[in-house]
Amino acid sequence: MPQRLRLLLPLLGLLICTTALAQDDPLRSPGWNIMVDRFFRDATVIHDERVQVSAPPGAENSHSVPGLVRVEGIEDIQRLLVFADLNPIPRILELTPTTALPTVGFQFKVQQATPLRAAVQTADGTWYVGGTWVDAAGGGCSAPSIASANPDWQDRLGEMAGRQWQQQDGAQRIQFSVIHPMDTGLAPGIPEFHLEEIQVYREDGTLLASLEIESSMAENPRLLLELPGEGTLRIHGRDNNGNRFAGVLR
Amino acid sequence: MNRALLLCLTMLWTLPATAYELSPEEVAPGVWVFEGRQEHFTRENQGDIANTGFIVTGAGVIVIDTGPSARYGRAMHAAIRDVTREPVIAVYITHAHPDHFLGNQAFPEVPIVALPATIEAIKRDGDALTDNLYRMVGAAMEGTDPVVPGHEAIPNRYKVGDRELKFIAAAGHSGKVASDLMILDRTAGVLFAGDVVFHDRAPTTPHADVSAWIAQLDALSELDFRVLVPGHGPVARNHDPIEQTRTYLRWLDAHLREAADAGVHIVEFMNQPLPDRFAALAVAREEYKRSVAHLYPPLEQARLQPLERP
Repeated sequence: MPQRLRLLLPLLGLLICTTALAQDDPLRSPGWNIMVDRFFRDATVIHDERVQVSAPPGAENSHSVPGLVRVEGIEDIQRLLVFADLNPIPRILELTPTTALPTVGFQFKVQQATPLRAAVQTADGTWYVGGTWVDAAGGGCSAPSIASANPDWQDRLGEMAGRQWQQQDGAQRIQFSVIHPMDTGLAPGIPEFHLEEIQVYREDGTLLASLEIESSMAENPRLLLELPGEGTLRIHGRDNNGNRFAGVLR
Repeated sequence: MNRALLLCLTMLWTLPATAYELSPEEVAPGVWVFEGRQEHFTRENQGDIANTGFIVTGAGVIVIDTGPSARYGRAMHAAIRDVTREPVIAVYITHAHPDHFLGNQAFPEVPIVALPATIEAIKRDGDALTDNLYRMVGAAMEGTDPVVPGHEAIPNRYKVGDRELKFIAAAGHSGKVASDLMILDRTAGVLFAGDVVFHDRAPTTPHADVSAWIAQLDALSELDFRVLVPGHGPVARNHDPIEQTRTYLRWLDAHLREAADAGVHIVEFMNQPLPDRFAALAVAREEYKRSVAHLYPPLEQARLQPLERP
């Protein structure tokens, strides 16, 4: 009997430890406490299902996994942060919505199975967090694709494309893309080179939304935003080498 | 006593995966098929999810696809020896997906033949595809390495033993270039369609060019045969699986284009329910989600117009 107990004790201890660590994270991620340290130190954090994060359950192409964040029923949002706990570069983007809706669509790179999360901060400093797990490998035929194989990126760097759709609820949905290699600096011999910021303006110069972007976003980023109203937009971007890009979305 | 029990438990724990239970069905005189399960890769099914087969020609056996693992290939080879004394004289690989060619190691003495695009794809992606299958299937993969086919298939008619065979290069399922090998046994009236045709099982699209695939299926409807061996799903004695595959692909294509036109984000409709007529296909939900992931991003990007500079 005592022998059996001796066997069980470490197991029991392990069980208690892991429960304590993950208890306040509905996704039970081993990276959650590190994320709290990094992004939310000394702030109030509430896991809240109104912060909706959607992604496919598995990554068919680990260089480009789509994600969509939508927040319903939380007012006064100052910042919207998107990150993946277990990625080498966890932060993916940060949206300062200004007058835009707290909605953002994007594609990101995954290194291993990881939670994808969004956190919104309201004016009182509280963070509301939602998320979902993404497995790093898809079905049996999902060979890893060859990243940055596009030979003509230098000629096309910063080329923008886009389109807008007027939604039934009155919002203006836009999608736009920028040709950019989004190099992480983690591959040997290839320095970090990525889009860093994007701003969306009305034609009269009113700022609607600004985005900070990390190299964890997929090559040639394509973003989705929703804006109040309608009409022509100007989109400006800058990368970490100081290249500036701009386009008019009619 | 205790030690004996422990040993016993250890043996159970480390026991290799159970043997593949392969029993071929003779679908026409001298033409045999091993029917895989209509499932996704799991540890339980050991990757045995695709159809493979062989033809006893009178001048030797030709093998069509070798399955998901070295062990499957060996089980297949043993089952062939139970049926005929003729030796295997050639192995044909229909395309470069891992459930169809990873048994190649079981046929070291004979030429392994595939279309050039298939050979290229196995050279390029073979290791990654194998790693992914180890991850999903586990122990049954033990000892499996990708073997690149050493001989190029040339589409034409051939006389092999008492058979007249026709090799057809088909486009669509593995891309725009014709890179799926179909084998028609004109003597027995059997078409080995590979993954160009699925039956009661949702098609897979990781490398597909859907328009080219639909055009290929249109052409296939004209072909004369009595027995159809699809890449996945039960053997048929009519052309129905061709129509089934085409109907699904047409719907998928139209459905994705419509969503892209409306600016719908990929994850907004990936989780919506499928129409009833397709929901009944084996692994429909999983394959649909995967197909959206493969096919939708290029359609989304194509909807965007170049922006002029301010």
